[in-house]
Order: sequence, then structure tokens, then C-alpha cells
Amino acid sequence: MIKLTINGKAHQLDVAPDTPLLWALRDTLQMTGTKYGCGQALCGACTVHVDGEPVRACSTPASAVVGRKITTIEAVDSQRVGQVVQEAWRKLDVVQCGYCQSGQIMSAVALLSQNRQPTDADIDTAMSGNLCRCATYVRIRAAIHEAAQALA
Amino acid sequence: MSDIIIENLSRRRFLQGSAGLTLGFCLPAVAAGKLGTVATVDAEINAFLKIGADNSVTVMSKHLEMGQGTYTGLATILADELDADWKHVRVEGAPADAKRYNNTFWGPAQGTGGSTAMANSWDQMRKAGAAGRAMLVSAAARRWNVGAAEIVVRDGVVSHAGSGRKASFGELALDAAKETVPTEVKLKDPKDFRLIGKQARRKDSAAKTNGTAQFTQDVFLPGMLVAVVAHPPQFGATVKSFDASKAKAIKGVVDVVQIPQGVAVLATDTWSAKKGRDALSVAWDDSKAFKLGSDEILAKYKEMAKKPGLVAANKGDTAKTFAGAAKVVSASFDFPYLAHAAMEPMNCVVWRKADSCEVWNGEQFQTVDQGRVAALFGLKPEQVKLNMLYAGGSFGRRACTQSDYVLEAAHIVKAINGRAPVKLVWMREDDMRGGYYRPMFHHALEAALDGSGKLVGWHHRLVGQSIITGSPFEAMLVKDGIDHVSVEGAANLPYAIPNLLVDLHTPTDIGVPVLWWRSVGSSHTAYSTEVFLDQVAAAMGKDPVALRLELLAEHPKHVGVLKLAAEKAAWGTPLKAAAGERRGRGVAVHESFNSFVAQVAEVTVRKDGSLKVDRVICAVDCGTAINPDNIRSQVEGAVGFALSAALHGEITLKEGRVEQGNFDGYAPIRINEMPVVEVHIVPSTAAPTGIGEPGVPPLAPAVANAIAAATGKFLHKMPFNTAELVA
Repeated sequence: MIKLTINGKAHQLDVAPDTPLLWALRDTLQMTGTKYGCGQALCGACTVHVDGEPVRACSTPASAVVGRKITTIEAVDSQRVGQVVQEAWRKLDVVQCGYCQSGQIMSAVALLSQNRQPTDADIDTAMSGNLCRCATYVRIRAAIHEAAQALA
Repeated sequence: MSDIIIENLSRRRFLQGSAGLTLGFCLPAVAAGKLGTVATVDAEINAFLKIGADNSVTVMSKHLEMGQGTYTGLATILADELDADWKHVRVEGAPADAKRYNNTFWGPAQGTGGSTAMANSWDQMRKAGAAGRAMLVSAAARRWNVGAAEIVVRDGVVSHAGSGRKASFGELALDAAKETVPTEVKLKDPKDFRLIGKQARRKDSAAKTNGTAQFTQDVFLPGMLVAVVAHPPQFGATVKSFDASKAKAIKGVVDVVQIPQGVAVLATDTWSAKKGRDALSVAWDDSKAFKLGSDEILAKYKEMAKKPGLVAANKGDTAKTFAGAAKVVSASFDFPYLAHAAMEPMNCVVWRKADSCEVWNGEQFQTVDQGRVAALFGLKPEQVKLNMLYAGGSFGRRACTQSDYVLEAAHIVKAINGRAPVKLVWMREDDMRGGYYRPMFHHALEAALDGSGKLVGWHHRLVGQSIITGSPFEAMLVKDGIDHVSVEGAANLPYAIPNLLVDLHTPTDIGVPVLWWRSVGSSHTAYSTEVFLDQVAAAMGKDPVALRLELLAEHPKHVGVLKLAAEKAAWGTPLKAAAGERRGRGVAVHESFNSFVAQVAEVTVRKDGSLKVDRVICAVDCGTAINPDNIRSQVEGAVGFALSAALHGEITLKEGRVEQGNFDGYAPIRINEMPVVEVHIVPSTAAPTGIGEPGVPPLAPAVANAIAAATGKFLHKMPFNTAELVA
């Protein structure tokens, strides 16, 4: 049994210790907002927050985040930054297929939580781990700036 | 050969107009509505429209939403003619039923592709909305005992000024559903559109930003098993024998079965299934496997290109023209296999029930997939229910001519005698190595200039595998040995060149499965034709925009987008370059899927040959702009998608094995490589044409032409070899 704190709630999970956090979230808890894209921390579709830091859940064993504070897309709107980012994403219609966007939003929220006025270079650094095959990057950038303004 | 044949396919059929008002079945009976504690009753007005007692307007989308904005676009059209309140409009994926939901350009087949969703649905959705509106008006007129002509509908409210009566759609819906479906409806004058051409917001934004959007990957069913498959390392190899003892020892693994596609490990969850798959020991029979590498395939294509191919287009007398030419310009171009690499790897859920089968999928090819699954299980097609979910990208991959991954899932279910529903999950490596790539191509081009320096001859020879041969579309799209999609964009070259020959070799002994990839033939023909034209312009000493305008006198839509893009990009003005950097501007224009796109790219090339695409200015003519913001969004995305192929995209084979497996070896661009994109839309009242794909073809040639403007070097291979650009 592995004990995890996800979105403020304690969960007991009967999974093998090597099970990545991604599959514990998705298959065991059926919290499906966090996506599988590559399994090797190359695409960022599985990004969640561990103690506020963006982490690739596909390459993080569930056993390694016991006792840490895990936040997923399902609860990102529990903080103001999360709400503002979601609103900016909706206002600018950033999404296309949408599969990567949970991860994009988690990375954007982590960025804006630490840096309220990111430059384009800051955005490149913080967001370049998140692939979008629909290439919604123009709007991701604009939405982060939009959210930064709303937070100012 | 395929057992499923789609006939009567014509991409241009819509130009002949659509016949009559065909809205499918009208079912006045009420259907139970949304899940929930409060029973909402929906009245089915027609095949595309349900109205709930809660005023919800549900538009049934016959097309897959894979990012291209189809759900929003179809709903916009219908809701405008219905005069619905946009905030009450929601969209639901239609079931597989080709009688009601066929793609009107594909005859009796339902499916999404060829950038046809808006174009083939335009009349249909307008009529469905207008008919719904007429039925609501009739119901109100009957209830209030007033003349229908005196009734006004606006934003979901039906009202009669004379009597002061008012009713919401929800209040009238059940009565409206009992009204006779009108045989003729009056459509709006475009000047009265209230949603079309405006900025209706996407209907899927909320669900796709809070994690609730449902993709195939997210389906869970009672007792469902997850399957991960060991696929052969080469195309055409098969299972000789396997040892599953280690796999079966892994906790969570339930079963291991052989299927025609390989060996499937079934487990209670994805991670256990993957571990089980990785623990399998499989001996492969490679006696029928395809074993060539990319270099050998290319060498073969270059050899084939030395001889004449089948003629795809012929005008004037090219032999005579080239024999008498004052100057001949020539170049050849190489294009690799490309993977679609959608963010959601291929997956499918299949549940075999007593007398039926249910499938959950980002379903792009209903009629074909339904027929194949039915045949495998010995069912009738209508016994196979397809649930259309959002697709996490496709770019053509989910419209597989051979239903590959759908059938794989069905085979697994068959192998376990249907004892549990199964979710087949491809790992990224399965997806990357699973074939059905954009085919490799080799092109050879020659242009003849006469004594006065005029472009008088053009010869374009292409070598590459056919996508359509052996598919259900063969009867319609392969004529006299020429696969239309191998030469699209080349055989219909718009430039006024009096002598033109386009010929094609289609190798049939290459065992790599190929498929349409966003923009299909134009993904390579736009590159070779538009880069070569710039090379010819350079040889003629002409400006690339001026030469194009000169040669496009008969093609006003090409001219329209070309002039708009050139003007917005300030074509001809100098670009400032920092010390040690070279900058250039390049242009390309291309028609695909009946839409016209011109792009001007601005590029910076550094001393070491590395480059940055700074800005891309796009001009688009896709007929009526149903949703201008979505058009901009699609073209922005197309620029990024095409740039990935230009800069990095390449699937290569060595001894028949695909060398790339994940996003390290096959790298779509990331945010730091994305240029600034400007999209300008040509105003039009013509019927809408495609927009999902047409933004792709001009990008790579515009960038290559910009690189040539900066460095003097034309690049003849995709992806670009930047080593050629070292200063």
C-alpha cells in the first residue's frame, strides 16, 4: 500500500512500488486529466505539481512522492493562479485537440506562481518541456501573458 | 485488396450543389436526455438537432473533433440558421450511421478527412438549423393560433409581437418535434448571419482546460482489461513462437494471447500490461519481412526516376521544348517517411457483447472501421456501435485505410472470446514504429527557358508509394495507375507554362505501410514545386512574387492570397540582420482542399547554419469564414506542424527497423522554435472550403525560399540539412 496526498485528499493505493505516479493517478484513481504521451518525460503531457513544482508523472514512481503534496489538473482551480490561467486559456481558445493542455496548464501555473511577469524567454524556458503537436504555442504564449496581466 | 469499397467519391462533388433537404429520420418520440438526477427530456428535431426542456440545443456532429474545431464549426452553422442562443448550444458526437451521417462528398461513407467537414456539411447543417427553426415557428403558430409569418425567432426565444406571446425553445421543443419536417426551407441571407463569420468561442475549451474532456485513453468499463502488444520489429514479420512465463508472473497480468499483429499482454492496468509486454520473449519469423533501409529505398527511387513514369499531366510538347531550350534548370528533392505522432498514441476500446459489439475511439472512419469490426466478429455493421470520443490529435492517422489499430483491439477481444472489454493502449514507441507514414518521395524537376528567358517547359517526375491502392478509396482515386494523391499539387500546377509533363513511378515492393498525413500529397508537392520555382526565378533574374503573379493570371484566388501576404509582409523591403547573421524572406502559394494559402516567411540563419524562423505572414482564402478565429488557430497550428517536418521530421529505417521510437528521435518543434504567425483572411461569400490542412503545404517552401534569399542555397532535402548553411 502506498499512501499519497493528492489534491488535499489522502489516498491508499494498492500498486507496485515502481508504478509511475501517472498510472497510479489514471488507472488506480481514474483521475484521467493527467495524460500519457511518451513515458520518458519528453512531452510533458503528464505534468503535475509536487510541492508546487512541475513534475513529469510518467517518470516519477508513486513510491517517491509519499508524503508530498500532489496537485493535478482536476484541482488546479483551487488556487487563484490556476483559475486565472484556465480563464486565459478559454478566453483565447488556446486548445485544439486538447490532449497536451492539462500538462501545458500545469507548467504555466507553476511558472506564474513563481514569476508573475514572465518574459518570452522565461516562457520558452518554462514551457519547452511541453510538446503540443497541434502547435498551439502562439496562443499558449499569449495566454500566459494574458494571465500575468490579470494577476498583476 | 480491401473488402470494403467506397465509391462515388469526389472531392469536388459539392460544387454541383446538393440535392434536396435530407435530414435523415425525424423521430418525434422523445429520448431520455443527459445523465443526472433530473431527467431532462430532449426532443429530437432532426438527425442533427435535439432541443431539451432546459433550452439546451444539442448539435450532433457527424465529424470527429481532433482539434480542428469541427464541433464548434458545425454547431455555429446550425445554430445561426436556428437562431439559437450560443450559450445554450452543446455538441455531441454522432453515432456511426452512414444513412444519416455520411460525408456528403464520400457517397455512402461516414468519416472525417480531406478537410471536408465544413465544406460537405455547409448546406446540410444550414438546412438542419433552418428546418428546426421552421418547426419551432409552426409549433408556436399552432399553439398561439397566429400566422407563422408574424413570428420572430432570436437568441433561442420565439415571439409574436402582436399578441406579446413568447416561448423559449425548450418550451416548444416537444411540439416542434411533432411538426412535419419542411421539404423546402428558406436559408438566411449571409448579411443576417449572427454567428457565422463572428467569434463564436470553442465549445470544447472548458472540458479541455480542466481535465474532463473524454479521450479514448480515458475510458474505463467494468471488468475492462488493458492490452499492450509486442509488435514485430519489421513490417511483415510474424510471430514464430513466444514465451509468456515471465510476463504472466507479473502482478496484474491476466492473460497473454497471440493475435495476427503480435502478442498481446492483458492486465488489470496499463503499467502491469506494459511490464508484461516488456517481459515477453518473442521469436519473430522475418521470412516475409521488409528488410530495406531508407538509404536503399532512396537509391532505388533515384534509379526509377531515370526512366519515364506513368503520365499524370501532359500539355504541349515537353520533349521538343527541352530539346530546343536556351537554358535548362534542374533539381531533385527527397522527402522522408513522416509519422503523425499525435499526442494521444493510438488506442481503442472494444466490448463484445452477446449480439453486438461496442467500440470507443477517436473515430475518424466510421463506415470502414464498423464494416471491418463487424466482419471480424461475424456481425452486421449496424450491430457494431461506435462511440465517437475526442481524439488527441490525428493528422490523418485515425482514418486508417486498413483500420489497423481498431482491428488489433478487436482481434485481442476475439482471442479472449470476448470475456472482458479491452482497452488497447499503444505506448509511444508502438505508435512511432507502427507504420502508416507519409510516404517517402523522390522528385526530379526540370524547367526550360527559351532564348528570350521565358519559362516555356516544366517536367516533374515523382517516385513514391501509393496511399490509396489497396484501400477502400481505390476505385475512386486511382485512375490508369495514377494515385491522385501522389500527384496532387504537382499535376495541377497552376502556373501558365505552355509545355508541362508530370509523370509518376509507384513502387509496389516497399513493405512500409503508408497513409495520408495532414495535407497528403501537397505535403511534398508544394515543397518541390514552390522551391523549384524560386530556383527558376533566380535563374531568370526575377523577383519570386513578380514571377508568380505573371504566371498566375488565370488563377485569381492564388493571386488574391499572394498579393495579400506580400503586402502584409512588406515584401521587397529590406530585413535588418544582426552582425554575423543572415536574414531572408521567402514566399510560397499553394491550393489544397479547394482552399488557397500564401505564406511569407522571415528567417535568420546563423554562422553555424542553425536557423530561426522569426515570423510567418499567412493569407488564406477558404470561402466563407465560418469562424475566423478558428481559421487563424488552424493556420497557426499548421505552421508549427509543417515547421516540425521542415526542421526535424524524419522516420528512417535500417534493415527494415524504424530507428526512431519517441520524441527524442522524432522531434516536433517546441515553443522556443515557434515563429510569430500572422493570419489574414480574404473576405468571401463563396461556400466554405477546407482549413484543417491547407495551412501546411506552403510553410516549408516559404521557409526554404527565405533561407535561399539569406544564403543563396536552395535546400533539396527535408528535413533541412543545416550543415549546408554554414557561412
